[in-house]
Amino acid sequence: MISVQNLTKRYDRNVAVNEISFEVAKGQIVGFLGPNGAGKTTTMRILTCFMPPTSGRASVAGFDVLDQPLEVKRRIGYLPETPPLYPEMEVHEYLAFVARLKGIPHADVSRRVAEVSERCAVTDVSRKLISKLSKGYRQRVGLAQAILHNPDVLILDEPTAGLDPKQIHETRQLIRSLAGEHTIILSTHILPEVEQTCDHVIIISKGKIVAQDTVENLTSRLRGQEAVLVEVTGAGADDIRGALSGVPGVARVVHRDSRNGLHSFEVESAPGQNVRALLARRVVESGWSLHELRPVAMSLEEVFLELTASEKAAEADGKGGRQ
Amino acid sequence: MMNIWTISRKELKSYFASPIAYLLLAMYAVIFGFFFWNAVGYFVNISMQSTMMGRSFPMDVNEMIIRPLLMNTSVVGLFLIPLISMRLFAEEKRQGTIELLMTSPVRDMEVILGKWLAALILYACLLGISLLNMGFLFAYGKPDWRPMLVGYLGLILQAGGLLAVGTFISTTTRNQIIAGAVTFGACLLLWVFDWVAGYETATWATVMGYMSVVRHYEPFSKGVIDTKDAVYFLSLIFLGIFLTSRSLESLRWRA
Ligand SMILES: Nc1ncnc2c1ncn2[C@@H]1O[C@H](COP(=O)(O)OP(=O)(O)O)[C@@H](O)[C@H]1O
Ligand SMILES: [Mg+2]
Repeated sequence: MISVQNLTKRYDRNVAVNEISFEVAKGQIVGFLGPNGAGKTTTMRILTCFMPPTSGRASVAGFDVLDQPLEVKRRIGYLPETPPLYPEMEVHEYLAFVARLKGIPHADVSRRVAEVSERCAVTDVSRKLISKLSKGYRQRVGLAQAILHNPDVLILDEPTAGLDPKQIHETRQLIRSLAGEHTIILSTHILPEVEQTCDHVIIISKGKIVAQDTVENLTSRLRGQEAVLVEVTGAGADDIRGALSGVPGVARVVHRDSRNGLHSFEVESAPGQNVRALLARRVVESGWSLHELRPVAMSLEEVFLELTASEKAAEADGKGGRQ
Repeated sequence: MMNIWTISRKELKSYFASPIAYLLLAMYAVIFGFFFWNAVGYFVNISMQSTMMGRSFPMDVNEMIIRPLLMNTSVVGLFLIPLISMRLFAEEKRQGTIELLMTSPVRDMEVILGKWLAALILYACLLGISLLNMGFLFAYGKPDWRPMLVGYLGLILQAGGLLAVGTFISTTTRNQIIAGAVTFGACLLLWVFDWVAGYETATWATVMGYMSVVRHYEPFSKGVIDTKDAVYFLSLIFLGIFLTSRSLESLRWRA
């Protein structure tokens, strides 16, 4: 449904998005996870034809964002980081305006506005001025605006940012309920949000994609607390690998490389297990020589730490705000 | 076409949802009312004097009331137009709603024309107030309506040009006060260029004189449509719209 190839966006000298590529299949909910300044908003703005890429290609439903922007725009519903609302309008007026803007036929406008108002639970404020709405309602009106023309693809930029926990919960439920009909990309810097809302996740950091996988695979990998680099001589790579995999507590063994009979492996342990001593004993008992045994920082873990750090900061902000 | 009207309607609603439209209408009613009764008072005075002095040639209402009033209206327009155009794009940029417009399936040109048209319609509403005043002249006298029609056509053309320039200026900032101030400066310059041409005959002065809005409006106020004046205003409209579309384009690149 969405295809991005070697996409780059440069602002003057500053590279915001650097050669990223990914695909999103029809019907998926994809979480675009990354700390602030990672390039999430920039990527979304390119997909929605708000700005052109510096190089690379992006297409939505088979239409290229540069060649056929109108076709792309017809198929996308977009909720920017701040919902694009006119404070002087009433909610129903605003939604009717957006409906016409999206090309919904005249006769269907009021029916469609009523439907999405119901769907996004804003019916009770439909005669209110937008300037008088609470933050939670604004976000929901923003979502209603995005789904008005029943687009194939929904692009939601930090849809829960700045909401209180109850509103966050409601918004996530609403997004999940939209999943069947639309392909959804939502951005966030909060890991649990991805776990609760999405099936797939793309982790982006400093303009590069550092991981993409299903949420289940990724979270189980992130929870494997430790990775150890092991360098061994004295046998074939496959034998050593088999032996290391057999050590209790080992989740995964990845063969890195072999040089002059020196084989190196990355060993990930299951959560809460320290396998370094066991690994050493197994190598020595097999009669091989152990050249190196040290913990390595997984690149994913680094990103995860950065993410959780910003999440804690956000939580602290939220608490400060509510007092 | 539909899209242009969708934008215009929303723009007009915004004008009338905020105090700005009513403020403009009220200000215009007071200012024009003052000019009107001033001109009529002067006319009555002169007529009485000439009757008393025994000369009773018919006084020309078109020449003595309508034409000066149209000229005044043209100048007052220079001051009010910045207030109309300043918010068009600056406010969308400040609110972030520009992102909605530019990611919806409408062309930039449709957005621009829709906004420009709405501004022109609001200006036409102001002119409507002056027409109400003019109505009294028809109730009590017999002025020729044809030169007046040409005069109003000229006012609309003039406003079209200046509003297009104002629309462009509004795309360059997210602060509508700045947009208004710069547009006001531009309008003022286009007015006072005429003064230079009054005493200086060098080429540069002639060129400045040619750029003057008031100079090109004057024939309209007499009921004369000169091609070169019409071309001037139409070029101003095209230039403003063109610059606006280029500005939006570069906004996308820099965003
Ligand atoms: N209009 C802009 N001009 C210059 N730099 C920008 C602009 N918008 C974003 N950037 C830079 O691009 C990088 C990515 O930003 P962004 O896409 O907003 O990240 P995110 O949404 O993940 O927080 C940041 O370093 C940011 O400073
Ligand atoms: Mg962002």
